[in-house]
Amino acid sequence: MTELYDWVRLIPLFPFLAFAIILLFTQRNQKLSTYLAWAGIGITWLLGWTIVFRAIGDKHVLEEGFRAPIFSIPTGRGLLELGFQVDALTTAMLFMVPFVCLMIFIYSKGYMHGDPRYSRFFAYISLFATGMLGLIVSDNLLLLYIFWEVMGLCSYLLIGFWYEKPSAMKAGLKAFITTRIGDVIMFLGMLLLYSVTGTLSFHEIFSEETLHFLKETTVWLPLVGTVSVAPVIAVLLFGGAVGKSAQFPLHVWLPDAMEGPTPVSALIHAATMVSAGVYLVARMFPIFALLPETASMSVVAFIGGFTALLAATIALAQDDIKRVLAYSTISQLGYMIAALGVGAYVAATFHLITHAFFKALLFLGSGSVIHGAGTQDMMEMGGLRKKMPITFWTFVAGMLALAGVPPFAGFWSKDEILAHAFEEFMHKGVMSWPFFVWLVLSLGALLTAFYMARQVFLTFYGEPRSHHMHAHESPKVMTYPLIALAVFAVFLGFVGVPEEFPVLGPLFGHNLFHHIVGHQYPATPLNWGVMGLSVLLALTGLFLGWLVYGRNPLKEGQPDPMTKLGPVYTLLRNKYYIDEFYSKFIVRPAVALATLLFRFDNSWVIDPFVNLVGKIGVWLSDLGRIFDLNIIDGIVNGVAAVTAWFGKILRLTQTGKAQNYLLVAILTVLLLLGLYLYLPM
Amino acid sequence: MVPLSWFLVLGAALFCIGVYGVLSRRNAIGILMGVELILNAVNINLIAFWRYRTPDHLTGLVFAVFVMAIAAAEAAVGLALIIAIYRTRNTVIVEDVDLLKM
Amino acid sequence: MSLPQILFLVVGVITLGAAVAVVTSRNVLHSAFLLALTFFGVAVLYVLLDTPYLAAAQVLVYIGAISVLIIFAIMLSRKVAAPDLVQRNSQWLLSLIVAVLLFGVLAYLTLQTAWPAAKQALGVDAIGGLGEAFVGTYALPFEVVSVVLLVALVGAIIIARER
Repeated sequence: MTELYDWVRLIPLFPFLAFAIILLFTQRNQKLSTYLAWAGIGITWLLGWTIVFRAIGDKHVLEEGFRAPIFSIPTGRGLLELGFQVDALTTAMLFMVPFVCLMIFIYSKGYMHGDPRYSRFFAYISLFATGMLGLIVSDNLLLLYIFWEVMGLCSYLLIGFWYEKPSAMKAGLKAFITTRIGDVIMFLGMLLLYSVTGTLSFHEIFSEETLHFLKETTVWLPLVGTVSVAPVIAVLLFGGAVGKSAQFPLHVWLPDAMEGPTPVSALIHAATMVSAGVYLVARMFPIFALLPETASMSVVAFIGGFTALLAATIALAQDDIKRVLAYSTISQLGYMIAALGVGAYVAATFHLITHAFFKALLFLGSGSVIHGAGTQDMMEMGGLRKKMPITFWTFVAGMLALAGVPPFAGFWSKDEILAHAFEEFMHKGVMSWPFFVWLVLSLGALLTAFYMARQVFLTFYGEPRSHHMHAHESPKVMTYPLIALAVFAVFLGFVGVPEEFPVLGPLFGHNLFHHIVGHQYPATPLNWGVMGLSVLLALTGLFLGWLVYGRNPLKEGQPDPMTKLGPVYTLLRNKYYIDEFYSKFIVRPAVALATLLFRFDNSWVIDPFVNLVGKIGVWLSDLGRIFDLNIIDGIVNGVAAVTAWFGKILRLTQTGKAQNYLLVAILTVLLLLGLYLYLPM
Repeated sequence: MVPLSWFLVLGAALFCIGVYGVLSRRNAIGILMGVELILNAVNINLIAFWRYRTPDHLTGLVFAVFVMAIAAAEAAVGLALIIAIYRTRNTVIVEDVDLLKM
Repeated sequence: MSLPQILFLVVGVITLGAAVAVVTSRNVLHSAFLLALTFFGVAVLYVLLDTPYLAAAQVLVYIGAISVLIIFAIMLSRKVAAPDLVQRNSQWLLSLIVAVLLFGVLAYLTLQTAWPAAKQALGVDAIGGLGEAFVGTYALPFEVVSVVLLVALVGAIIIARER
């Protein structure tokens, strides 16, 4: 039975091979490069889904997990075992990642057609797929971190793929540096975890005794005092998730990341990589939930809820078709994080999977629009419904799924999060995080529906608002992936229909998804009130969107009705000035500090010192002149001779000969040995 | 039975001879020979300690083999460098190759 | 004095003598041949330490490969390695003092320490254990070393190639 799972070791291998072969050998041949990349991800997809469908029926694997060790590193504290694994969470991710990757790979052939670095693009996205697949099958934090960084690198390379554009280059740097802040915090968390428990393998971390040990062990923190170590580790690891999943306050990189090619935005900045942060929190969830009353869960809930609302409001006032989706992504990731923060592990994972499908769909759809219309500005678009029918209908499917209209996929997952938060809030009362999360996310649902309606009406209805718009439908290689993803956006939600739901519940296997992923957690009960409210909110949002943008489509030159909001609009349009705030209060002080240090080196210490030496020299020579004038010629010559002598001696230390330097080094060793011997210990 | 300290003293002597060679030769090949002597001295220590102190753990032995492998790599690269320098500057005297001093 | 002790002393004197000649000889080619003798002496010491396998490796790698490589290098740069050339640089006296002092300190430290006198019995099969260690505990470093060797090989070829 287990032989099949052993193949999990090969999952990240095929895209990696494709990456290596394309980069080393086939860069010249674009066709061959494309097929190699497709073959790499295609084989992985087949293998991955074979494993997924076997694992779904295999209770043992879902509950215990199957581990496939690869190699171990000897350390001072025993062996650090690295390997891959298949368990419930991996199964869920393995369902989503290879398929979405494959769709985007296929789509890229059309979108990137004619690009001068076409083959390199496929090499990079293959490497990215390696990173993401490796991340989801890693059985320990170290390997996870390695793949995590591989993805960070790919993200940098791909955002800055069109590096001739200065904005793309800057966006790549910004993404890299911003996520690096989170990564460092996460690394600290890993170090702390390793130093406390001596292991990084999930299997060992989540064993009863280790969790108990983590609960008992305390650590002293400045300002906070002595606390249990588990929430400290959890919050540190969460730092990585905040960076990768673009949560407040590290969310600023994601909208700029839209400078990359659209398939990249779909692949990395919507469907897969950004969900790695959520995946990390879900993966380490036992540590977060170990002490639910401590800060770890509330930090997660607050950051998630706050980000969800913040990003949703910003999305209202953006004109760039991809930026709206970028803020929508941040907002939806906030939903997942907040869901984890109130303990809705299954709901968060479910939303992660469904969101990946429909957000990839939306991004690819927007890419198709950009490809056809030749602009990213929604204010110039309009009336594309007739010219790009397939793009339009698939985009609408994605939009309804994101807005949370039943029975589309997003409705079921979003509703499960809301229902869970409501349930917790009923238990804990109004003064609790679940209430905050529920309130904020419900409000977010309304906003989501509104901005998506705005986007669809602006893009596809009315008349083109720019006369040099000659839109055309995209080639089949781009529309087929859209259709495939649309099917999932419509139907995928049925795997997570609540068990009590009439007709649909029993029909779709009694909440199949919960049985796969959440065997250890009780299912969230169906709550008609919450469900009704969320449907109502979604429909209200869509209706408002129609009222503002759909009833009277904008004409060319007409301002966005949102501008009537006045200063609020300006605030939203400028993203609450967070970028400006960072540039003023973080980037500029850092630069100022660097300048300060530079000055310290250059003009405050070294230069004055040199000047001082110069002045002393002048003074000495003055003195010498006086002496010279007054009798004592000899002393002047003596001073000169002494100076020359010093120069000669000092010159000897800078011979440029390695052997001299080595002699000094060994003399030093000798000296240290002598000190060691003759100093009392 | 040879005492451990004999091996250690011999290793130390070989090491210091190597150090002298590295420091005092003008010929780059001579310096390389000194380095090889140093590595041999280290290996003697590794194996002697392994044999006398921890015969059950093979770490010392394993490291000795690694040192040998690295020494081979170092000799190959070092001699290649010497030949390259000889080709461009027509000398193997290290004092003539003082590019460090601009 | 037991037989191994006598053997050790004889081999040790030869090894050290050869080593001294290696670093002092005016003719580099002589140095290279004496270096091979030194390596051989060390190999005998390995045998005294019950590691015939390493002794064989020493002979193969050091004498068979490194010494020969060095001799080749000398012959390739023969013109300037003429025997009449001064082989000592200006800091040789200071180097000698430093080396002697270093030896003094090391020997002092070694002789100060009370080492357990006797060898313990060799409990494990050293060669077999070594093989298992390379494919087991030390598999990763082992592979890394192989990569290092490969890279050194390629690098040496590229550096020394005629352009």
